[in-house]
Amino acid sequence: MGSQTLFEKIWNQHVVREEPDGTTLLYIDRHLVHEVTSPQAFEGLRLAGRTPRRAKAALAVPDHNVPTTDRKQGISDPMSALQISTLENNCAEFGISYYGMQDIRQGIVHVIGPEQGLTLPGMTIVCGDSHTSTHGAFGALAFGIGTSEVEHVLATQCLVQKRPKTMEIRVEGILPDYCSPKDVILAIIGRIGIGGGIGQVVEYTGSVIRSFSMEGRMTLCNMSIEAGARAGLVGPDEKTVAYVKGRPLSPQGDMFAQASQAWLDLKSDPGARFDKVVELRGEDIPPQVTWGTNPGMVTDVTGRVPNPADIEDEKVRSATQRALDYMGLTPSISVCDIKIDRVFIGSCTNSRIEDLRVAAKYVQGKHVSEKVKAMVVPGSGLVKQQAEEEGLDRIFREAGFEWREPGCSMCLAMNADVLTPGERCASTSNRNFEGRQGKGGRTHLVSPAMAAAAAVAGHFVDIRDWA
Amino acid sequence: MQAFTTLTGTVAPLDRADVDTDQIIPKQYLKTIQRTGLKEGLFADWRQRPDGTLDPDFFSNQSQYQESSILLTRDNFGCGSSREHAPWALLDYGIRSILAPSFADIFYNNCFQNGILPVVLTAQAIQTLFDRVLSKHTYQVTVDLAEQVIALPEGERYTFTVDPFRKDCMIKGLDGIGLTLQYEPAISAYEARRSREAPWLF
Ligand code: SF4
Repeated sequence: MGSQTLFEKIWNQHVVREEPDGTTLLYIDRHLVHEVTSPQAFEGLRLAGRTPRRAKAALAVPDHNVPTTDRKQGISDPMSALQISTLENNCAEFGISYYGMQDIRQGIVHVIGPEQGLTLPGMTIVCGDSHTSTHGAFGALAFGIGTSEVEHVLATQCLVQKRPKTMEIRVEGILPDYCSPKDVILAIIGRIGIGGGIGQVVEYTGSVIRSFSMEGRMTLCNMSIEAGARAGLVGPDEKTVAYVKGRPLSPQGDMFAQASQAWLDLKSDPGARFDKVVELRGEDIPPQVTWGTNPGMVTDVTGRVPNPADIEDEKVRSATQRALDYMGLTPSISVCDIKIDRVFIGSCTNSRIEDLRVAAKYVQGKHVSEKVKAMVVPGSGLVKQQAEEEGLDRIFREAGFEWREPGCSMCLAMNADVLTPGERCASTSNRNFEGRQGKGGRTHLVSPAMAAAAAVAGHFVDIRDWA
Repeated sequence: MQAFTTLTGTVAPLDRADVDTDQIIPKQYLKTIQRTGLKEGLFADWRQRPDGTLDPDFFSNQSQYQESSILLTRDNFGCGSSREHAPWALLDYGIRSILAPSFADIFYNNCFQNGILPVVLTAQAIQTLFDRVLSKHTYQVTVDLAEQVIALPEGERYTFTVDPFRKDCMIKGLDGIGLTLQYEPAISAYEARRSREAPWLF
């Protein structure tokens, strides 16, 4: 067989059949479903008179459209309400597990999968959502699909795929204090570019990656798609097994023992060949801040916004100019001189308990700048409950943050949580595209610590020398 | 799915790289539970200037591109969100083929599911096409999927590659789910084997 990468092992275990030209029917173990990308898929099933092949392999939750304010009032926007009731009805009709808005288990689809133990190493996992790459943190091959493929998976539990290429991103050394997995993934995207991973599955390796907690690995893998990658992977280890153990949907007892042995064997063999290898040193990664309109437009907190006049390549120059115009930034301004109006701590990238703990440390006993409006949106009902047990909600509230109900919220601003035109936001989410957080809104992507400190200071600060 | 064989149409230019699906169809149009009627939202935030007036320089506001069926654009088109509303909106506008130097994976895949042919051409070919399109009021090319060729009126022919399985599905307008269901026995056999090897997955 020769040496194989982790990706190749998972892939090979899921091949149902393969054509001579490499077209593969790939088996899908788990399917996460949310309200925005599923209604047309269920409708397609109905029109064709089909039913789900394995309804138990799917789990559905509303997250993109849900209000993050008091839910007893229901949803005021009739379109959002219809989309969510459509999901609920579809799940009832087809026998799919559904965590409704009043369920403590409700939350962002990529937060609740791992939290419930649905996400397990070695699986193939799909969802009609590009950040499905998050689940790769467990050594699962997880990727986003469109609605037609959602329907395809519901009907057949399979997808037709061509084998992607592989890339290893190795981060060795030691990450400086105060730097986080978010800074590492932003630095990686800055390095390889937002199209750098097209057609590839990335495996993250090296001592810095190993040192990350499971939640940190989720943050890392989550943004693989922002580098254009099909999926991101971290090989399972003892941390993975410990995280999965005892969760409601994970295997129990003897079955768990059997499974965990198989999981620990799932790793790239020594000498396995990747199509491409990229190496970074942890020491070289200070806190990161994006300045532009895609996640690759990023720099160190000590850096400056670029000056288009210094850029020779005409295409890069005009793209930079366009981004600065949209962002309302003066060329060459220091990152720490950028003043902000809003802070958003949340999203499937950074809304888990460890994120909230770190952010709370930076705001404890302090107050949000009087010019800033700040909010925390926990990733799930269970994260929210845990944070409240630890008193984090009080710390945030006393510091002047709003403490909200779980959901995607201002990560994509489909609900009422939006920036107004021109508002500038330090956000722990994953996309700073034009209008992502509201038409005309300006997004800077940062880590939870950087967002929390910026909320207090009213501008970006280098958290390494800020107390 | 509508079959795709050959297409002759007016090329609309969108001279930007890294166009993400949030721009192709902004989130306010994602609340629908239908696949149709999304033309309204196509590039909605780029069609309008900040003051609410239409940008006369944007292709979908220009009369000569109202009937365009081919979109010409730059690298990494369709990056970001997996929303299939993006190809639905393009299709609703009438776009059946997109020419670019590269595409984001999920978007590329979603196009084939909807009878839109994404064609990867060299950066040089794309530049030539931009030069021609922008120097004429309207400019038509022919996309021939069977021959895997883009034919320009001046006589140049750019060949392109496409996955043979996808090509076959597109030309015949096949239902992908129906195709997979032909392999039901293989799927059942796989499930039986895997549930012995890795019972925790079932
Ligand atoms: S939090 Fe943001 S990126 Fe994550 S699933 Fe929700 S909308 Fe998508």
